[in-house]
Amino acid sequence: MKKPLKGTWKLKEGLAQMLKGGTIMDVVNAEQARIAEKAGACAVMALERVPADIRAAGGVARMADPKKIREIIQAVSIPVMAKCRIGHFVEAQVLQELGVDFIDESEVLTPADEAHHVDKKRFTVPFVCGARNLGEALRRMNEGAAMIRSKGEAGTGNVVEAVRHVRAINEQVDLLKHMGLHQLEELARNYRVPLELVERTREAGRLLVVNFAAGGIATPSDAALMMQLGCDGVFVGSGIFKAKNPQKMAKAIVLAVTHYKDAKVLARVSEGLGEAMKGQEISKLDVRLQERGW
Amino acid sequence: MKRVGVLALQGDFFEHLQTLKKLGVEAAEVRNQEDLAQVQGLVIPGGESTTMSQLLAETGLDQAIRARAKQGMAVYGTCAGAILLAKKVLNDGGVKGLGLMDISVERNAYGRQVDSFEAELEANGLGKLKGVFIRAPVIQSVGRGVEVLASLDGKPVLVRQGNLLAGTFHPEIEGEARVHQWFVERLKAESTKHRF
Repeated sequence: MKKPLKGTWKLKEGLAQMLKGGTIMDVVNAEQARIAEKAGACAVMALERVPADIRAAGGVARMADPKKIREIIQAVSIPVMAKCRIGHFVEAQVLQELGVDFIDESEVLTPADEAHHVDKKRFTVPFVCGARNLGEALRRMNEGAAMIRSKGEAGTGNVVEAVRHVRAINEQVDLLKHMGLHQLEELARNYRVPLELVERTREAGRLLVVNFAAGGIATPSDAALMMQLGCDGVFVGSGIFKAKNPQKMAKAIVLAVTHYKDAKVLARVSEGLGEAMKGQEISKLDVRLQERGW
Repeated sequence: MKRVGVLALQGDFFEHLQTLKKLGVEAAEVRNQEDLAQVQGLVIPGGESTTMSQLLAETGLDQAIRARAKQGMAVYGTCAGAILLAKKVLNDGGVKGLGLMDISVERNAYGRQVDSFEAELEANGLGKLKGVFIRAPVIQSVGRGVEVLASLDGKPVLVRQGNLLAGTFHPEIEGEARVHQWFVERLKAESTKHRF
């Protein structure tokens, strides 16, 4: 029998598929990770601080302390993700070494390279990357991302940017249908990706990899909104542990993602949750994290 | 024609629906008890068993599936689905399964995602299959009434017991339809007798 294969595209893409219909929650310690697992999170994102606190703290935001990541890996049995800075392939090497199941090359951290994203194909571990539009999504996929998420505007508790990004991708995929070969070639050139990737996207009528919503999701209705817009699942960052009652909010969002079309369930789970995180108006922000990366 | 449900609480249910539809089978998502009442067989997909177990309890589908399976409804569980079918779960992370099959399953037994792998399998009556194992569980032991259909390194990876079928790998993301075909054929045959 042949030797088993590891780190293949099928395995990377496959893990993303297993996460579908699920909620991935940001956690900063083992206790929060256990709360997330118990509430039904399909994975956790191990962080030093949630985006709302990163935003408040300012300065350079980097990969979390390996000790913290190990602690979270030890605490739960579900997949553990962690973030590296855009282009910081050594942080990614460290995260892979720690046994992280998925790496988020994330604009929430301060970018380390202004010209190059991580060459994700060189890694055994799969990557997820943020995108605001189809061009960004395809560039990240071409670099080896096995999963895409909207960038949204992390740490704001304001879903408007995530909606903008998901709608943009949907509309741009739709437009492909009406394009002839010349237009597709020109688009591929503008997007700086192979024509074949654009053609296959047109054929599929959607992104070729799993596509989650992220950035500003704060309530069960926000989560269901993103699902109804066609996302495969949801990342919730600050929205859980900045809420008044994290356990209850976590569970309600998990249920909302599964039953996203069932308004009866949505009404029931939204009741008496206590205050959601305090949101921020996008126009009043000093830093727009979504503008990091290209 | 029988309708096959795919449990659609979380995981790769879409890939299972596609695989069944490719076989010309009528397939539908199952998210609640009303959906379950409309189907004659059920696939439990891959995904996170902790998440699915929470959602099964929340919807009352755990009781409903258990009752139907005991009456003979055919059920095929892949990966997380196999964990949920097992009577005994090791490293359970809080999973409360359906407890239907006499198998003992250890979650994440091969390790983390970097240890996920693809390997060639030989299944009884199905020939060579490509096995995609993603953070897969291991079936550590099987009870007397359980038939082992395929093994890898001495551990069962595809097993059946009466109307129940469990596999630790993912034919559905490989576009491999033979396991589903086998399941559906047993399901059809089952209309004349109670169990397959």
